[in-house]
Amino acid sequence: MPEISMRQLQAGQNATVVKITTAGELGRRLRDMGLVPGTPLVVIGRAPLKDPVEIKLRGYNLTLRNNEADHIVVRVEDNQ
Amino acid sequence: MSQPGLTIALAGNPNAGKTSLFNALTGARQHVGNYPGVTVEKKEGEVRHQGQVVRVVDLPGTYSLTAYSLEELVARNYVIGERPDVVVDVVDAANLERNLYLAVQFMELGAPLVIALNMMDVAEARGMKIDVAKLSQLLGVPVVPTVARTGKGMEELMAAAVEVARAQRPWRPLVISYGSDVDEGLKELTSLLEGKEVRHGLLDARWLALKCLEADQEVLEKLQSDPHLAQRLLPVCRRVADHVRQTMDDEPESVIADYRYGFISAIARQAITWEREVRMDFSDKVDRVLTNRLIGPLFLVGVLYAVYQFVFWASEGPVAGLEAGFGWLGEAVTGLMPEGALRSLLVDGVIGGVGGVLVFVPLIMFMFFAIAIMEDSGYMARVAYLMDRVLRAFGLHGNSVISLIVGGGISGGCAVPGIMATRTLKDPQARLATMLVVPFMNCGAKMPVFGLLIAAFFADKKPEVMFGLTLFAWALALIAARILRSTLLKGEQAPFVMELPPYRTPTLKGLLIHMWERTWQYLKKAGTMLLSVSIVMWALMSFPGLPEERASHYEQALAQAESEQAKTELKNQQASEELAGSLAGRIGQAVSLITAPLGFEWRTNVALLGGLAAKEVIVSTLGTAYSLGKTEGEEGAASLAERLKEEPGWNALNALSLMVFVLIYSPCLATLVVMRRETGSWRWPAFSVVYTTAVAYLMALIVHQGGRLLGLGG
Repeated sequence: MPEISMRQLQAGQNATVVKITTAGELGRRLRDMGLVPGTPLVVIGRAPLKDPVEIKLRGYNLTLRNNEADHIVVRVEDNQ
Repeated sequence: MSQPGLTIALAGNPNAGKTSLFNALTGARQHVGNYPGVTVEKKEGEVRHQGQVVRVVDLPGTYSLTAYSLEELVARNYVIGERPDVVVDVVDAANLERNLYLAVQFMELGAPLVIALNMMDVAEARGMKIDVAKLSQLLGVPVVPTVARTGKGMEELMAAAVEVARAQRPWRPLVISYGSDVDEGLKELTSLLEGKEVRHGLLDARWLALKCLEADQEVLEKLQSDPHLAQRLLPVCRRVADHVRQTMDDEPESVIADYRYGFISAIARQAITWEREVRMDFSDKVDRVLTNRLIGPLFLVGVLYAVYQFVFWASEGPVAGLEAGFGWLGEAVTGLMPEGALRSLLVDGVIGGVGGVLVFVPLIMFMFFAIAIMEDSGYMARVAYLMDRVLRAFGLHGNSVISLIVGGGISGGCAVPGIMATRTLKDPQARLATMLVVPFMNCGAKMPVFGLLIAAFFADKKPEVMFGLTLFAWALALIAARILRSTLLKGEQAPFVMELPPYRTPTLKGLLIHMWERTWQYLKKAGTMLLSVSIVMWALMSFPGLPEERASHYEQALAQAESEQAKTELKNQQASEELAGSLAGRIGQAVSLITAPLGFEWRTNVALLGGLAAKEVIVSTLGTAYSLGKTEGEEGAASLAERLKEEPGWNALNALSLMVFVLIYSPCLATLVVMRRETGSWRWPAFSVVYTTAVAYLMALIVHQGGRLLGLGG
């Protein structure tokens, strides 16, 4: 399965985190929220202006901006 | 503490039900303050457990214990510095893994810990079955299942917490592996740190070593106090970091976080069994609709409109009742006391001034109640989600919308709690920008001014003018924010990354507590600030008083007056003349050259001067200035409106110009004081006074001169 940035995921798509490509404040914040390699997630949707994005992981919902999603490399999983 | 009473520190993620649990434990016995030196709220309460009083300190809600945010630092330093007898970590059972991330960090620190496994009902509804005994055994700390909203499990939680607290065992840090590279580095750093004075004999050497590798700013700074030690530590940190970067293409802090989650996942796998997996739960389905591209914004507008309607509908009766009450009080005091300066001070200054503000309390209370519903139900986070893209274009943050709404974004809020609500903004520049534009909103104190002028000059277009002013306020706030963010408050935007909590039915108790907390902030403002300001304003407007001959002129005229009506008219004339000669009147006249292009008379200037202290003062000052004894109540306002209509110096254009000016110009004193407290200096409040007044002048000038050019107003 291809590895892409989270920005490119569509609503309803399942994916697994492969890598976080940013350090510092944003990187730490993403990890604090449970976005570490191997974490499965699903895209719930996007706000009316297509930004930010809402995802579900580890049983809760998280929202982040597209320019933050750029730093998250994911592997797209098969959709049932 | 002189008494050897026990102290519990309550920790947990935001949205994990920590506040509910704190309320369930302590009830009404709460005390709200600040942590020393910082603007992070500190709540304390007491619980009686088996005849013993236990102190409960509510730590700020955090996801982690790094030095990344002020809240995290405060929580960590409280536990390290104050050494509570036990830390109770409130964990959302339905969201166990992410919540345990904080718990693991407390365990690394070694603090005595009890886990309150909250929201067990939600977890079960999602098909999760948690083996509590297993979880407790794997983590090595007591775990107590609770449902804070219903109060379930509170007794058991207290029993477990008190047992751990009484044991007073030494801190025992959790040792887990972070991979061989990091572990090697940790070992080396630990041996350097062991027995060193810089640990203050308290902190675990391995924990400090771990923080060094995590590049924790605060710990690294502390270690600099021993330069000799720092010189030996830092090269090791650098070497380990380089090695980790080479072998794993990642920073040590990332690797450490990954291993923590690995540790948690392994435990979760053993302790949780999924009876069925719900991929899309109720909350997600609701989100599908409420954040939909078309329905989302429409629903948001609908909610804001409903809030507006509800607040005014619900507060109408109580406001009228309070008005009548203060009116009665004023009359009663008038009847009981002889005429003179003291009576005038009490009736006009104290009762009139403070009462004029207190009558708004129901309005503010219902507004805060409605806002609490939005927050506690989880909808407010969606508002931030929906609005973020728009607000970001103006250099603000999705969460700024909460401050703007509390500050009066849908009419009738208060900038004081609005500014305090900016504490949720992690980005210091965006926070300052939000703080500086919140006072543009239509707060509850500006409403009576608009109400009066609209009744006098735009009676047939009331909703349109009100709505127009609200839109104007928003446009202005956004544009001002944009300008501030590209000039004075430049800077990178901080991460947005925000949890969207599941939709929940708010509990009445929670709503009432939240409503009361904000209302109390407003009341404190009324109590401390307005009393003194009302008295100062009264003095400015009453002294030096009429010269002897004018006073005796009125005395004679009054004695000769035949009807009651004639007497009232004379008294009003006298009051008006007194005002003209007073200090405030003289100032108003002195600046009338400057305000003439805006269409303001000197009497308007006096009222605006009073409005610097509190906008509520404007209407009552106008009343006195236009020689109307009574302005409170429906009748008084109506008659003042009638009066203004007849005044030669007034027309619709002047009124519009004044409304624009009142909307924009200087924040009230209470707002400035809060701004000073939140920013730590008088610099920003001073700037705020100058720039808002300048903008107000410019806008009112455009309105008035523009209107005249178009041939309006005459």
